[in-house]
Amino acid sequence: MLSRSSPDPDLSSALPPAAVRCRGLIKRYDDVVAVDGLDLEVRSGECFGLLGPNGAGKTTTIEILEGLLEPDAGSVEVLGLTWAHGARALRERLGVQLQETRLADKLTVEETVRLFRSFYRRGRPVQEVLEAVQLTEKRRSWVSRLSSGQRQRLAVACALVSEPDLLFLDEPTTGLDPQSRRSLWELIERFRAAGRTVLLTTHYMEEAARLCDRVAIMDHGRILALGTPAELVASLGAEHVLEFSLADGGGGLSDAELRALPGVTRVRESNGRIALTVREVHTTVPALLDELRRRGASLASLSTHHATLEDVFMVLTGRRLRDE
Amino acid sequence: MSRLEHAPLAQLTLARIREFGREPEAVFWTFFFPIVLAFALGIAFRERGPERVWVGVQAGPGARALAAALQGADNLRVRVLEPAVAGEALRDGDVALVIVPGGARVTYRYDPTRPESRLARLATDDALQRAAGRRDRVAVSEEAVEERGSRYIDFLIPGLIGLNLLGTGLWGVGYTVVRMRTGKLLKRLLATPMRRSHFLLSFMLARLGFLAAELALLLFFAWVAFGVGVRGSLATLAFIAALGAFAFTGVGLLVASRARTLEGVSGLMNLAAVPMWVLSGIFFSAEHFPDVMQPFIRALPLTALVDALRAVMLDGAPLAATAGWLGIVALWGAGCFGAALAMFRWR
Ligand SMILES: Nc1ncnc2c1ncn2[C@@H]1O[C@H](COP(=O)(O)OP(=O)(O)OP(=O)(O)O)[C@@H](O)[C@H]1O
Ligand SMILES: [Mg+2]
Repeated sequence: MLSRSSPDPDLSSALPPAAVRCRGLIKRYDDVVAVDGLDLEVRSGECFGLLGPNGAGKTTTIEILEGLLEPDAGSVEVLGLTWAHGARALRERLGVQLQETRLADKLTVEETVRLFRSFYRRGRPVQEVLEAVQLTEKRRSWVSRLSSGQRQRLAVACALVSEPDLLFLDEPTTGLDPQSRRSLWELIERFRAAGRTVLLTTHYMEEAARLCDRVAIMDHGRILALGTPAELVASLGAEHVLEFSLADGGGGLSDAELRALPGVTRVRESNGRIALTVREVHTTVPALLDELRRRGASLASLSTHHATLEDVFMVLTGRRLRDE
Repeated sequence: MSRLEHAPLAQLTLARIREFGREPEAVFWTFFFPIVLAFALGIAFRERGPERVWVGVQAGPGARALAAALQGADNLRVRVLEPAVAGEALRDGDVALVIVPGGARVTYRYDPTRPESRLARLATDDALQRAAGRRDRVAVSEEAVEERGSRYIDFLIPGLIGLNLLGTGLWGVGYTVVRMRTGKLLKRLLATPMRRSHFLLSFMLARLGFLAAELALLLFFAWVAFGVGVRGSLATLAFIAALGAFAFTGVGLLVASRARTLEGVSGLMNLAAVPMWVLSGIFFSAEHFPDVMQPFIRALPLTALVDALRAVMLDGAPLAATAGWLGIVALWGAGCFGAALAMFRWR
């Protein structure tokens, strides 16, 4: 259920060795604590997601793990090696896509991937990688002539071309159209199905829910909750969310009265919208409507959905993951 | 090809060459700017046979006779000026000397610190005295010598080659590196097992790809347009130029090693280049500077490089004779490269 990741000596001997393990990670920038005492363990062969809003510290965390940033405190172990000792061997085995990289404008797609391929001792053929990210048609285009989504896919191609054991993806699907996003999801799934490890960051909960074996929800440099997407949603104690607002903006029911409705486990209000976390929609909705009718209040809107990671985040922080 | 495909240094160098070659402006400044400059300076300072200077005769009684007497002089051109404008013409350099008639005595008005004015005074005096009946006591005959290799353009071309090597070394590297830094491409490269020295070396090797073309074009132009030749061996010249290109690319890498903005790197490049433009004897001999500055000037890489280029082009010096200069150039290159590698900022 909702649990801080904590080292569990009994379990770790039974499970495959951790791909990433860090303890007490801290990174400060002047007055901001970007990463605030973070413990994390990514198991070998899993797809692990860091989910959090802007400024949560996802990029800072992932760049520390990639050996690109020096933490102020804490220890990092990647694939059983440390950055102080095994840096070169480690880089051979990692694939990295940074949140933003401006690749050389005047090189073609193919030249760019071939350049990255040349840095590694082993790897995949360039054409095969271009095929995988669907850039074969564009292979002779200059990078400066690509759309932003195509550039994003090129960045992923550069991360994949070394055939890494561990793939770091920092917001890989931001800026992609739905179709490209889905095809990148499939690519990540294939990669993981081959027994390799992925650590990705995202602020799309549906992405985390679909791709990730486990998800850590992050805010203000800390992990608020960690588990499989199903576990996290189940931790709400209910499966549905019922949102409504009233026509006159108020005069409705009190918190306690709402909580007394059948099947309601949580009540939250923000900007005049009331969100109820409920076990069964079909018992709660009629009761709510009856109650409102009795008081002469009229509905402005009513909607229900399956509880998602977004709702988990809202419950944990009282905020939305993204500004809609 | 497939061997090259997996050689990171080769791929990095190819990338540099491609990026440069696909940037029309960079190509223009590298290849054509020095030619434009050589052309302009070559025209401005071309040998015009015996020098003719303008002198002015101030209008007044006797002016006409004076002007007529001077008309016959080989190296003078004469005009008559109203007193009101004579001073201004002298100040502006329209005339090098003003002759003020005054009965039996004429006055030469000129600035004795200007070589042209001193020449004008001698020629004017000579012409006037002869016209007045002076006879030469010593018989003289003249022998004009115009040797190739001793003209200004001969002096200038090796300087321009050096200047261009400096320019492309600095500007070809500085902006590219800073752009890669601000675009986080350096950080991305740091995340690969790429050797950092390979990255820096690729800039030096890529210069070789263009150097041959750059050098050939400028030498060919100088030969066709001004008849500037190379006395020494072309291979020696090419070797020296390659060493210079390496060294200045090293300087460029050092200059760009920490800068975070284009403005910052631009300032640093000017800081590195301008003293050498002025001091290293490109446009006039560095000997003109005071003795106390000479050791410093001699230690500059551009001075040493241009001295070596001139020795080969003008005097036909063999490679061994330029060893001292080349040592200085190589030291600068290696020192800057090492320093750049040590202090390079990758993010
Ligand atoms: N170089 C820096 N200098 C100063 N502050 C920084 C720097 N990099 C990050 N920060 C701060 O650290 C915090 C965490 O930033 P980080 O980039 O890790 O967030 P993130 O979760 O990746 O956000 P996003 O979803 O927007 O990418 C933010 O408050 C940010 O302002
Ligand atoms: Mg980020």
